[in-house]
Amino acid sequence: MTNLLEARGVSCSFGGLHVTRDVNFKLTAGDRVALIGPNGAGKTTLVNLITGDIAPSEGQFFMGGDEITGLSIPDRVRRGLVRTFQTTRLFANLTVADNVALAIMQRKRITRRFFSSSTELPEVRAEWSEILSHLGLAKLAYRKVVELAYGQQRLIELAIGLALHPKVLLLDEPAAGVPHDEAPKILEAINRLPSDIAVLMIEHDMDLVFKFARRVLVLAAGRLIFEGSPDEVTADHEVRRAYLGSYADARRAT
Amino acid sequence: MSEIVVTHVPHKRSIPFGQEAVGALSIIALGAIGYFLYPDDLAFLTRLIGIAFLVLSLDLVTGYCGVATLGHAAQFGVGAYAAGIACVRGITDPVALLAVGVFAGTIMGLISGALITRFRGLPQLVLSIAVGQLVAALANKLSWLTGGSDGLSGITPGKVFGIFNFDMYSRTAFLFSLGVLVIVFVLLQRFVRSPFGLMCRGIKDDDLRARMIGVSIYPRLVVMYGVAGAVAGIGGALTAISTGVVGLDSVSFERSAEVLVMLVLGGAGHLWGALAGTVIFMIFEHIVAAANPFHWMTLVGLLLILIVVFAPRGLIEPVLSLASRFKRKGEAA
Ligand SMILES: Nc1ncnc2c1ncn2[C@@H]1O[C@H](COP(=O)(O)OP(=O)(O)OP(=O)(O)O)[C@@H](O)[C@H]1O
Ligand SMILES: [Mg+2]
Repeated sequence: MTNLLEARGVSCSFGGLHVTRDVNFKLTAGDRVALIGPNGAGKTTLVNLITGDIAPSEGQFFMGGDEITGLSIPDRVRRGLVRTFQTTRLFANLTVADNVALAIMQRKRITRRFFSSSTELPEVRAEWSEILSHLGLAKLAYRKVVELAYGQQRLIELAIGLALHPKVLLLDEPAAGVPHDEAPKILEAINRLPSDIAVLMIEHDMDLVFKFARRVLVLAAGRLIFEGSPDEVTADHEVRRAYLGSYADARRAT
Repeated sequence: MSEIVVTHVPHKRSIPFGQEAVGALSIIALGAIGYFLYPDDLAFLTRLIGIAFLVLSLDLVTGYCGVATLGHAAQFGVGAYAAGIACVRGITDPVALLAVGVFAGTIMGLISGALITRFRGLPQLVLSIAVGQLVAALANKLSWLTGGSDGLSGITPGKVFGIFNFDMYSRTAFLFSLGVLVIVFVLLQRFVRSPFGLMCRGIKDDDLRARMIGVSIYPRLVVMYGVAGAVAGIGGALTAISTGVVGLDSVSFERSAEVLVMLVLGGAGHLWGALAGTVIFMIFEHIVAAANPFHWMTLVGLLLILIVVFAPRGLIEPVLSLASRFKRKGEAA
């Protein structure tokens, strides 16, 4: 099976603080992987490394056999490497529709057009309208992002990610801050994605992890300490001690 | 799986080219007021229009892209000098001179943009000042070409379209400038709403987010600078054509600072803000400077402080939010 994304011996430190230590993993087509670990384990940093936001001090990343370690952020995105942000980063003064439309237009390579009106281009509009509808955001399409509640902004992060038609999608705690009754929309959206792309989701909510993941990576203090199915993870003694603690016990008791 | 109720977004109701029509008609109406009610002030109003191009140009890079610059007069000045020199050397057709200004402004914009947008924040601001000063110094030193500190004079353009002579009441100059402004403003209205323009606003909001959807920022900003240079170059060329002289003031630091003030006054990030700022500032300056030549700068300072305190996002912002509230009410009804 082809490796969509591979990390080989990746390390990174911030002024003596080793945040990522010799991380190795592969994502293959169809992967649905959860990345879990305690606060400050280095999960977001790992995503920043993969996307090129920060450079590793050691190690390489590959996509489908090509090394991407030296590529710029946009070059990686153009290869289908897409992320969402844990703390939302959106075009705050644009409308929700424009946020998603920009992603679509960038993917379709039409943002170099100078004189056609943008968001209402029919082929663009049909797409953002559908994405927003699925996420329950249709009513907010023409509202500015700054005017929205945080939970709604979180969903726009996901909407932008979906609009880019990723090959590898990295979701950094997509459900955090999203109201409970809206949260299922996230899983539904992921389930609608083409089955041959790889999705990696950072998530603290183990219920969501169980629903989503077929494989779980556990990161603690910058090191990948475990890899296995969700059931294996909860059964593992070391993971329980490092992270899961009471959750695994509670699950076992039921 | 739960059943998905897909409620698609209803189309926005809008008249095609409605905004452009409103833009063109408003400018024409304002121009008509100036032309018929203030026939003695047409030279001043023509100068105002020339500066309006520079403020619009600044709005493109500062208001729409978030680039901090205090050297924007360079684009304007280069356009003015290029048109002026071309005219002195024998190209006298006003439309051809405009083209010369556009060309020179574009080149200058691309060069400035390539330098300035490599950096962000304070280094960017300092670099913009440096570029501006460099151009000003060149304009001064190359006096065989530019007239140096005496200015470039003897610019006598031919007839517009071979018919309309430039008269001493500035009627032709005013109408010519107004016509060009209408055309450029309508084009800009479309430009800022185009995919390219929208992306620039996105870059201004959050450049990391922009890169994370696959945008290479630098080339975009350089292109935007080129467009801004073209617009400023038009303003420079028009000023050269209508006043018949080009002085060092057209590339000066003061000019750059002043247009930034006008933009902030009117409201950066809106084309109407740029226009409003120019009109209000220049008319205020015109009236106050005539009434009180010694203290007019103090009064301008006071005006600015008041505006920054009470309308920090420019004078156009309250107007626009009022308009959108009306619109929303209309849609709800
Ligand atoms: N740019 C940076 N400079 C210095 N230290 C950093 C930087 N980014 C992250 N860190 C540190 O690296 C460690 C890992 O941070 P990271 O955000 O990757 O953790 P995380 O696993 O995503 O945590 P959380 O579950 O809270 O999101 C933290 O101790 C953090 O303070
Ligand atoms: Mg994190």
